[in-house]
Amino acid sequence: MEVSWSREGQVTVIAVEGSIDALTADDFLRSMQAQLAAGDAQLVADLSRVDYASSAGLSAILVVLKESRQEGGDLRLAAVQRGVYRVLSLSGLDSILKIYGDVEAAVASFDEMG
Amino acid sequence: MATRWLMATPSSSPFNASVTFMDKKDSLTVPGRYNEIRHICDFVAEGAAQAGFDEDAIFQVQLACDEACTNIIEHTYEAENAGKIQISWEIGRRTFTIIIEDSGKRFDPGEIPPAPVPPTAVRVGQEEDYDVKVGGLGVYFMRKLMDKVTFHYNEGSGNVLTMEKRLPEK
Repeated sequence: MEVSWSREGQVTVIAVEGSIDALTADDFLRSMQAQLAAGDAQLVADLSRVDYASSAGLSAILVVLKESRQEGGDLRLAAVQRGVYRVLSLSGLDSILKIYGDVEAAVASFDEMG
Repeated sequence: MATRWLMATPSSSPFNASVTFMDKKDSLTVPGRYNEIRHICDFVAEGAAQAGFDEDAIFQVQLACDEACTNIIEHTYEAENAGKIQISWEIGRRTFTIIIEDSGKRFDPGEIPPAPVPPTAVRVGQEEDYDVKVGGLGVYFMRKLMDKVTFHYNEGSGNVLTMEKRLPEK
């Protein structure tokens, strides 16, 4: 799994590539928590290049969601691919996460809704 | 890995003109490591494809196996490289059956709290909190994605997980 960061105003965009599963969930979590520790709680995960997630990956996403909201921010997902969306839907996580079609819309949502 | 056709079991008389049914099956043994799970999923996907499942159903079978093997490493071996995982699949007359065996400690799915689906948002003081105990989500997925899931423990040899999925209608 590869992770890279960029900054869009007050929003941190984390682009993830690969799978978010038992093998990579800890790396994903540490990468996201590093942003939170730096005081960046408005997070967008660009999942356009993530083809697969298991429950281990969903667990990590849920931890980041919880911690970002506790810091007054949020974790929002962008460009979720079919393989990941099927797992999000199966778990019901799609009902509590904000999901957008692309990174631009996800970033803009922080201005629109706070 | 080349698929082996290990058994051919004619289910009808050779004098019967009806279609002859043949079992197909294969098995694989790997070290209990997270980086082997993709290998296991690909192996099972190959069998599921031979069984005639479509892309969605193959994905379901793969995810169920991923969750099963993750549980084995986390809950029965409680670490990576603590034992082997043996997985086999078989295409039967009506079902695709996957058997996953390990030699770790007894796995009792009842000891894992069921995951709330969807995860429930609860208020903790002034803060919004979420139930992050999603450890039961793997077992939930397995039961949701497969038609039958059975956990069995053999004293002396270990856990045997059997998962079945009905073959697609022809």
